[in-house]
Amino acid sequence: MSHPVVLEAISIVKELGEGAGKVRALKGVSLSLRAGELTLLMGPSGSGKTTLLSILGCILTPTSGSVRIGGEKIDGLDAEKLAGLRRRHIGFVFQSYNLFPTLTAIENVRLALDVRGMTHAETVAKAEAALKAVGLAHKLRSYPRNMSGGEQQRVAVARALAGAPSVILADEPTAALDSENGHAVMALLAQIAKDHDHAVLAVTHDPRTHAYADRIVRIEDGRIVGEDRRAEAHKNVKKYDITRKRKANA
Amino acid sequence: MILTLAIRNLFHDRIRLIVTLVGILFSIVLVAVQLGLYLGARQMIIGMIENAQGELWITAYGAKSFEEGGILLTPRERHAALAAPGVAAVVPLVVSFAEWRKPGGGSTTSVIVGADPEDGGLEPWSLVEGSVAAMAAPDGIAVDRSYLGDLGITGVGDTAQIEQGRVRVRAITDGIRSFTMAPYVFTTLNRARSLLGVPGENTTFFLVQVEPGADVEGLRKDLAARLPGTEILTKAEFRDRSLDQWLFSTGAGVALIGGAILGLLVGTVIVAQTLYSSTKDHLNEFATLRALGSSSGYIHKVILAQAGLSAVIGYVLGMMIALAVVVLSTHTALPIIMTPGLAVSLFLLTLFMCAISAVSAIMKVTKIDPAMVFSR
Repeated sequence: MSHPVVLEAISIVKELGEGAGKVRALKGVSLSLRAGELTLLMGPSGSGKTTLLSILGCILTPTSGSVRIGGEKIDGLDAEKLAGLRRRHIGFVFQSYNLFPTLTAIENVRLALDVRGMTHAETVAKAEAALKAVGLAHKLRSYPRNMSGGEQQRVAVARALAGAPSVILADEPTAALDSENGHAVMALLAQIAKDHDHAVLAVTHDPRTHAYADRIVRIEDGRIVGEDRRAEAHKNVKKYDITRKRKANA
Repeated sequence: MILTLAIRNLFHDRIRLIVTLVGILFSIVLVAVQLGLYLGARQMIIGMIENAQGELWITAYGAKSFEEGGILLTPRERHAALAAPGVAAVVPLVVSFAEWRKPGGGSTTSVIVGADPEDGGLEPWSLVEGSVAAMAAPDGIAVDRSYLGDLGITGVGDTAQIEQGRVRVRAITDGIRSFTMAPYVFTTLNRARSLLGVPGENTTFFLVQVEPGADVEGLRKDLAARLPGTEILTKAEFRDRSLDQWLFSTGAGVALIGGAILGLLVGTVIVAQTLYSSTKDHLNEFATLRALGSSSGYIHKVILAQAGLSAVIGYVLGMMIALAVVVLSTHTALPIIMTPGLAVSLFLLTLFMCAISAVSAIMKVTKIDPAMVFSR
């Protein structure tokens, strides 16, 4: 049985800039994300990946077309209502992690829960659980400056995961990581899609990530130009044991 | 988490925090000193009026202040006032500037305050040496100890000359200072008239003591009708008139209040500048917060919390210095006064100043585009 669609974009057009500088970044993109699936969005620079990610993440609104997330339409919503949709439905993982350097790992995760209006006790419990889920139970009180790039990205994943969003959107999640950490983060995202029944969309250039995808969507010049759905049997995913890696590193 | 994030942002850049705190600190000290001086000046101007026992003042028409009343009232006005129903007593006061000749040579200006203590109108208070009764001796006067040096005397028993008459210090007070810098010299009514060469029984003011339960406002109107060419003022009116004369007509009060406003402006600009640059430095973090779904109100609260924390820390440090200045000024000619009301007002003013300072930073984050998180 196929998983339900949690995010659906239909005929998205997005124009950026004004007057002579106006550019049509997306030219009628339609895309659905299902719970339990890790989808990769691939394409060359300037193809419209980030613009599409911004629209799917309720950061930008489309010039035309419609986006529906968790049953709610984003069309015509103002900035505050879009922020509300992001709180309820979206978790982000950024290329440069975007952690707060002055906050510890647990505080970074708690912050994402605090903006959702959770109580202190709830934020502590959920942040601890999320960091434990990404194998960072031993780094709760560490500051980003004292963590490796892979660990920082796992904190960012925990931050995205903690609010139990229906969709996790990752922007080049492995771009700043070495091979081993890149694999670790992709394995983690794939595992989160499966175990937590989230729809995960990762924008990437990194061919190392293919192995973890359920689906690869290719975008060029503002249009979806191809889609590969990968059978589970053909996926070359090694279950990544974070606990084992941590022990090995130690 | 709002407070945690605000504290971490604030203490992350210690140099900037120090600049912010120094700005607030200087602002608070400046405002505290200016407003403390204002309160001190106010206290000096209204001290005599506040300590006089009487509900109404009869003054010559156009009297500008306690020190500038002229000596124009006559016994006729006193008798007319005494005839008004509701008047319990009418106490004459003679007040005038006079030349004080120092025993060692040289002279200075003083303010003679002549009143008979037995009338219960106005007598020296806060006595630290001698007595009011001793002042009743034929040449007796009382002066404040803060002016002993200015008057060229050392204490009780010293003699000097006022205009053409010889006087002897019989009592010393503490804390009765004069805004005009001309020391008050208390003496009896007739001694004052004699020293000043006042003709007959002329008087500067009549202090009207009202019978218990009498209608003061009604009595004022009655006295105004009975005493043409005079003004009948309540204590509050006479106080305000004196304040207006010395603080605002002379420009002294305007300078003090202007200094306080300048202090506030300087503080506001410094705090605004540092908050703005702090916000600019943390713009990516605020954009991340926005991308994570925070409302703009949440981010505004973080900035306001930063401003509030700066205000509290800056206020505590600033007040410590301001209180030290207040203590140091206690025995000077122009003491700075710090009251609980002024301390609370300064705290509220500091919070307000920091909140206003946060406006530019808030405007900056209001325009933040969460999409910038993808362009890092």
